[in-house]
Amino acid sequence: MNSAHFPLLEKNKSLVYLDSGATSQKPAVVIKAMNDFYLNYNANVHRGIYTISEEATIAYEKAHEVVAKFIGAELEEIIFTRGTTESLNFLAVALGKKLKVGDEIVLSEMEHHSNIVPWQQIAKVTGAVLKYIPITSDYRLNMSEAKKIITNKTKIVSIVHMSNVLGTINPVKELAQMAHKVGAVIIVDAAQSVPHLKINVKDLDSDFLVFSGHKMCGPTGIGVLYGKKELLQKMEPFQFGGGMIQEVTFEHSTWTELPWKFEAGTPMIAEAIGLMAAVEYLQSIGMENIEKHTSDLTQYALGKLSAIPELTIVGPTETKDRGAVISFTLNEIHPHDVGEVLNRKGIAVRVGHHCTMPLHKLLKLNGTVRSSFYLYNTKEDVDKLVRGILETKKIFRAEKITKK
Amino acid sequence: MKSTNPEATSVETYFENKYEIVSGKLTEEEELYKENILDHYKNPHNKRKISHCTFNHKDFNPLCGDEITLFIKTEQGKIVDASFEGNGCAISQASASLLTDHLKKISLEQAKKLGPWDIFNLLGIRISHTRSKCALLCLKTLQEGIKEAKL
Repeated sequence: MNSAHFPLLEKNKSLVYLDSGATSQKPAVVIKAMNDFYLNYNANVHRGIYTISEEATIAYEKAHEVVAKFIGAELEEIIFTRGTTESLNFLAVALGKKLKVGDEIVLSEMEHHSNIVPWQQIAKVTGAVLKYIPITSDYRLNMSEAKKIITNKTKIVSIVHMSNVLGTINPVKELAQMAHKVGAVIIVDAAQSVPHLKINVKDLDSDFLVFSGHKMCGPTGIGVLYGKKELLQKMEPFQFGGGMIQEVTFEHSTWTELPWKFEAGTPMIAEAIGLMAAVEYLQSIGMENIEKHTSDLTQYALGKLSAIPELTIVGPTETKDRGAVISFTLNEIHPHDVGEVLNRKGIAVRVGHHCTMPLHKLLKLNGTVRSSFYLYNTKEDVDKLVRGILETKKIFRAEKITKK
Repeated sequence: MKSTNPEATSVETYFENKYEIVSGKLTEEEELYKENILDHYKNPHNKRKISHCTFNHKDFNPLCGDEITLFIKTEQGKIVDASFEGNGCAISQASASLLTDHLKKISLEQAKKLGPWDIFNLLGIRISHTRSKCALLCLKTLQEGIKEAKL
């Protein structure tokens, strides 16, 4: 679709990059925007009154505004963090402070480690209990179980929007209604969905929504924590120091306004500018077009892959409510061996448990091979993947083995 | 085969010091998945339990989910039997098969001196940095096992 916009892909024409679920490639406009900052107006923000500091401040604040509009939020509701993981950790600590023994945190069985481990730590400290919404045999959330699990004891529901392994897109809007009915807050882990789908936080009615810049054509080292204004106003800062204060005496401090009260210290300025360029790039292509392109590719790949004997797709096999992530196993051939052979054909896939060890254990798998698509991938990439898989099978099967 | 630090016998030190392992691109799958390796993977030697072993030790490679339990039986400083159980990728399982074969030919003292390059020599192939963790899991299991058994 747009591989010409991506210098790395232009330089490596033989590379078949199928690991955008881990991190996306970066378009030239993003790299240029960050370079421009360092070359032309590198200065700290919210501090200097000189020209380049003003320029940097305007760009940094504008980045919040651009990201806010992108997901249907307001500037005050966008906090920049280091990534999805940091956003979730901040929320776990901040919301965890209010938990009491016996309060319940509801997650799902398809969560990434970053949406399990922070809550485990909070549960240990507070005596809160973790509950997991199970998955069905067709790799969807079991919503009738969810209805039983989300109760008056539930204080926090934290759910992945699009699974990074199964590709399943979860009905977070419905879950938000269920959470609100019992007075709980809902957090949506949108790391995989924001790069692919048009998201509107007001429509989803999620209280918090978190994602990373680097999976959506932006740089690493920056992520987003969206929170409803009225909730953020009531929350204490996650970190303390410069930039987030209004007044400091030797005894006390007061906090500045949203969203800056949550951004202590010198922020990631170049990364914020890169993220802004990434959002503008995605908008110039059109999120609807990206969604259609990757959805078409997914449908094509699902058809091609499921036709390979002994290949098992781990995830829904229809494209409805399903993202551009396809995980599979190849009978007893270990995922690492599959990945190794594919790598030798110039095909980059992810292998292993993809930071979802509990899900893999549940499915009795010691790993999967995952291919994920983005706007620069083509049907030809899928064809090359299929050929690579067939060759992997040949290497591990057809060779004559001399028994000793 | 290119040799780096021959004194780096512990797997831990090996990775800590990040010795250069293999440079250059591996292009032919025959280099890695040659018949010898596939044979040891599909028909592993010594893949069984030793019920009255001197020590056994289990270790994981969390990155790939490889796991190996090594069983060693010694008599008067000699290794009289060696075996393993586990599952994982071709490289990790073939290494364990080759290592247990090798252990049965050497003394415990000699086993203590085994280093990463001995494993690479047994495999007879070039191993990339990432996959070295798979190849060296059996050696790490052996070294931890010996340490734990205070032999």
